Amino acid sequence: MSVTGPRLQPTLFERSRPGRGGGKIPHPPKDALDRLPAEARRTTPPALPEMNEPDVVRHYVNLSQLNFAIDTGFYPLGSCTMKFNPKLNEWAARLPGFANLHPLTPDEAAQGTLQLLWELEGALAEISGMQAVSLQPAAGAQGELTGILMIRAYHRSRGDTDRDEVLVPDSSHGTNPATASMAGFRTITVRSAADGGVDIEAFKAALGPRTAAVMITNPSTLGLFESRIGELLEAVHAAGALAYMDGANLNAILGRFKPGEVGFDVMHFNVHKTFSTPHGGGGPGAGPVGVGEALVPFLPTPRVLRDDDGAFRLERHGERPTSIGRLRSFVGNTGVLVRAYTYIRAHGASGLREVSDDAVLAANYLKHRLAGTFDVPYDRPCKHEFVASAASLKARTGVRTLDIAKRLIDFGFHPPTIYFPLIVEEGMLIEPTETESVETLDAFAEALITIAAEAEATPETVKSAPQTAPVKRLDEAAAARHPNLRWRPMAGAEVPCPD
Amino acid sequence: MSVPKDLRYTRDHEWVRLDAEEATVGITAYAADQLGDIVFVELPDEGQRLDQARPFGVVESVKAVSDLFAPVSGEVVAINAALAAGPELVNSDPYGDGWMIRVRVADASQLDELLDGEAYDALVAAG
Amino acid sequence: MPYGPHTSADREHMLSTLGLASVDELFADIPADLRASALDLPDPEPELELAARLQALAGRNRTDLVSFLGAGVYRHWSPPAVDQLLLRGEWYTAYTPYQPEVSQGTLQSIYEYESLLGELVDLDVVSASHYDGAAATAEAALMACRATRRERVLVSRGVHPHYRQTLATYFGGDLELDEVPLHSDGDAAGTTDLAALERMLADPDRAVAGVIAANPDFLGLIEPMRRIGELAHAAGALFVAVIEPVSLAVLAPPGAYGADIAAGEGQPLGIPPQYGGPYLGVLASTDALVRQIPGRLVGMTTDLDGQRAFVMTLRAREQDIRRDKAASNICTNQALLALAASIYLADIGPHGLRDVAAIGAARAAELETALAGVGVARLHPGPYLNEFAIRVPGARSVHRKLLERGVLAGLVLADIEPDDPNLADGLLVCATEVTTPAEIVQFAETLDGVLEGRPPVGVEAGAGEDSQTAASVGSAR
Repeated sequence: MSVTGPRLQPTLFERSRPGRGGGKIPHPPKDALDRLPAEARRTTPPALPEMNEPDVVRHYVNLSQLNFAIDTGFYPLGSCTMKFNPKLNEWAARLPGFANLHPLTPDEAAQGTLQLLWELEGALAEISGMQAVSLQPAAGAQGELTGILMIRAYHRSRGDTDRDEVLVPDSSHGTNPATASMAGFRTITVRSAADGGVDIEAFKAALGPRTAAVMITNPSTLGLFESRIGELLEAVHAAGALAYMDGANLNAILGRFKPGEVGFDVMHFNVHKTFSTPHGGGGPGAGPVGVGEALVPFLPTPRVLRDDDGAFRLERHGERPTSIGRLRSFVGNTGVLVRAYTYIRAHGASGLREVSDDAVLAANYLKHRLAGTFDVPYDRPCKHEFVASAASLKARTGVRTLDIAKRLIDFGFHPPTIYFPLIVEEGMLIEPTETESVETLDAFAEALITIAAEAEATPETVKSAPQTAPVKRLDEAAAARHPNLRWRPMAGAEVPCPD
Repeated sequence: MSVPKDLRYTRDHEWVRLDAEEATVGITAYAADQLGDIVFVELPDEGQRLDQARPFGVVESVKAVSDLFAPVSGEVVAINAALAAGPELVNSDPYGDGWMIRVRVADASQLDELLDGEAYDALVAAG
Repeated sequence: MPYGPHTSADREHMLSTLGLASVDELFADIPADLRASALDLPDPEPELELAARLQALAGRNRTDLVSFLGAGVYRHWSPPAVDQLLLRGEWYTAYTPYQPEVSQGTLQSIYEYESLLGELVDLDVVSASHYDGAAATAEAALMACRATRRERVLVSRGVHPHYRQTLATYFGGDLELDEVPLHSDGDAAGTTDLAALERMLADPDRAVAGVIAANPDFLGLIEPMRRIGELAHAAGALFVAVIEPVSLAVLAPPGAYGADIAAGEGQPLGIPPQYGGPYLGVLASTDALVRQIPGRLVGMTTDLDGQRAFVMTLRAREQDIRRDKAASNICTNQALLALAASIYLADIGPHGLRDVAAIGAARAAELETALAGVGVARLHPGPYLNEFAIRVPGARSVHRKLLERGVLAGLVLADIEPDDPNLADGLLVCATEVTTPAEIVQFAETLDGVLEGRPPVGVEAGAGEDSQTAASVGSAR
């Protein structure tokens, strides 16, 4: 075990020693809790670890070094848009005037944040071509739910109550069908066409009086622009249904394509993808939704409003009875939205367009570099991401895409998204983003080409990767068959603690 | 990989063995292999009525999940309780200890609609 | 573009490699009639100027007020270690730990979060994590419906109004949601009406999947949780406890009074108020419900060399695998906030957490005494921890006058519960360990002045609105 490299760590609980810690909080008066009834009191204190601050700090610094992160290297994760997270964003969100503001502060005492949110709504509406935007949803998936609930409210408001189906392509994100189910709809999955695009004819055939909505990702999860989207949207509206756009891939089309202008009725934004708010190891995000005219009455509450005197305020409870209601407490993930606002202002109109231009150029460049080595099932210009496949390589060598992904770790890269979308055999979905240099793109391409050569010459090297990570491949079956989801001294004792 | 010839099969990779009026149901070795390491099997309650070709449970592996479809209609008379603690039995002994449910068959003629071993082998071979 | 690495030579190199003259050719697949109109947004802003703009906006927020506002979001001392550690890029710029070999930091931290929160709520399984307390409560209600295969949930009106409104949105389809009233008077005023609950549970045609109650409730009062759970279980329903995590250092935890599911807002564990989020939705359950709980779970396992390691597990419940049959559509979670809560708990420790809860209770008692001294009484007689409602005739106007004098006198209850006549004159006020005795005196004296009709004293209104230093208010967050 190296002295300087990252090392596995004992848990907080193993580091605990009775009597450590303290000095943070003054001691309360002895009788502070006497007026609570005995049956309401806790009898056994929670067995939280007792540590001093130096140990806490080392624990979390050492643990952090076991992580790959944007700040340590390149993340070619398709459909995730892992771009650089600007440090100004973090600074802004921590300004005390933003960070310390209680969400129920009266409007007149919260004008700075309300103005920021109001301006951000306007910017997102302009970027998407939508009429109005709600910043409430806490993440993209909640934005999807918001959109589908608004669509349901729209149909009901017209007395159109038989529409219980949502159509999605087979390449869609899993959140699309899961959202439709949550909102009480049945999902109809439509096969993609041979070129990877939505199959317009199949969609038209599936549309009918029971269709409530279609959910489309454009560019698609294969990184391809749906050129016939106009035709599809016409058919959707002719059938009385509405069109939902999954905005996960917005990073490809800033300033080039505005979903609202071509007839999408609602879309969500993943600000942690397009607008550089950090992923945080899985969250938080924010998933604002933009809507066209038909859905404005149904937007969640509260909206941010500007009165005639120029003052900003939150919509009052019950002020707009057509609203679908609220999806969460308070106004939204404001701390995340401050970061997105900062990013949009830093870029402006010209900068945002350049973001997409560079993201698309980088993806096409990388695809070109890999085309001789891997299968590229859809060989036409891609948008911000593309699918490569190791199907031929696997047939020759037995090396799977999973092995290649794990071997990339030994070369210092995070693996790309693999086996998604499910419709491509041995697929790798690669998204370089606009913030990686040509040198990084070249180094990544060289690594993949080297790994392909290894697969031919010494396949075991690839199959047993990674060798250099803090741990080897894990026993995921044992983890799921006999879940150990919480520290208990006895359970932990079965596996020795590191160090 | 050829399958036992004394069983009947569905196109969804369930097998069924009929003893008098009771049928034992599981999934084929091919299905278990395709799913990978099986980590959980969700089974119906005893006494529940099953309809042929309708889902009766769910099988989960580390990274996939699949519905289980009833090969025949009838009433569940037993479930394999050993799978709760040992779902890996479905991988290690799919036609034996990895069985899933026993059903009192409503109409034995439904078995005639299922594939025999050769037809199932052909289905698997065709991919 | 401020963060892009490409020089014009780099772009030229990539284009020529592709045999293209212009990047526009890569967008030729967008048909002409679908192309966007020009983006009508301001020009890019250099960092220096943008920073000044942001400071000016932040400065327009009145975070300099002497505040007694809680109502679901609480100011606490967060040791600086929490935020300094969160600012490590290895934490906040990492992706979801789908590749466990290069994510052991995040994975172990989530396992520790599950364990720490498991201790607090005294339940077996903690999901890591949900958007906020309201969304976690809605997921708990959906869990109860799945587990019992019933479609009706009862929620006490003592649960935060935003949570109840969120439940109503989530239940807008085929599921039924009914509200259990609170006692309007007597010793139990402001807590769940148990007789009404029993009647609602008895309806034979509308079996109940789950009963949801909060402790402390929205009005700060201690609820008879054990009794509510017994009634729920007697009717075959699950019991969902909505909790506030700091209080669990001193109040009986859900596991001790028979709750099947706990849900709540984790913000008090070291997370700043930041006008609504991001926060931390806490969701936990008994082992029996492990297959029904949505959201991420991390388990301990071993690697091929037999080393202890951590991995996301039971993933087949999630949307990326189960699609339309998933337990929830949740994808992004609140991992960074779960990390903040874990660091907070590790740094403040079990004794520190108890002290936080106990000082809050002591300060709240001081506040009650000080307000009584100027003739303002509580609205309810029952026991509370650190938050309570007071009766102030003309509450909304008094609240505004206090604001003009630099005091944020809690929440105007009629603004958030406009339909409840029992709360028409109510203000909901709270104290925590960051509330000082001097602030309590200032609140009481200023309130007395407003009630007596005295004009404001100039110096009390605090610093000017644009003052960034005044907005820092030292430790309070």
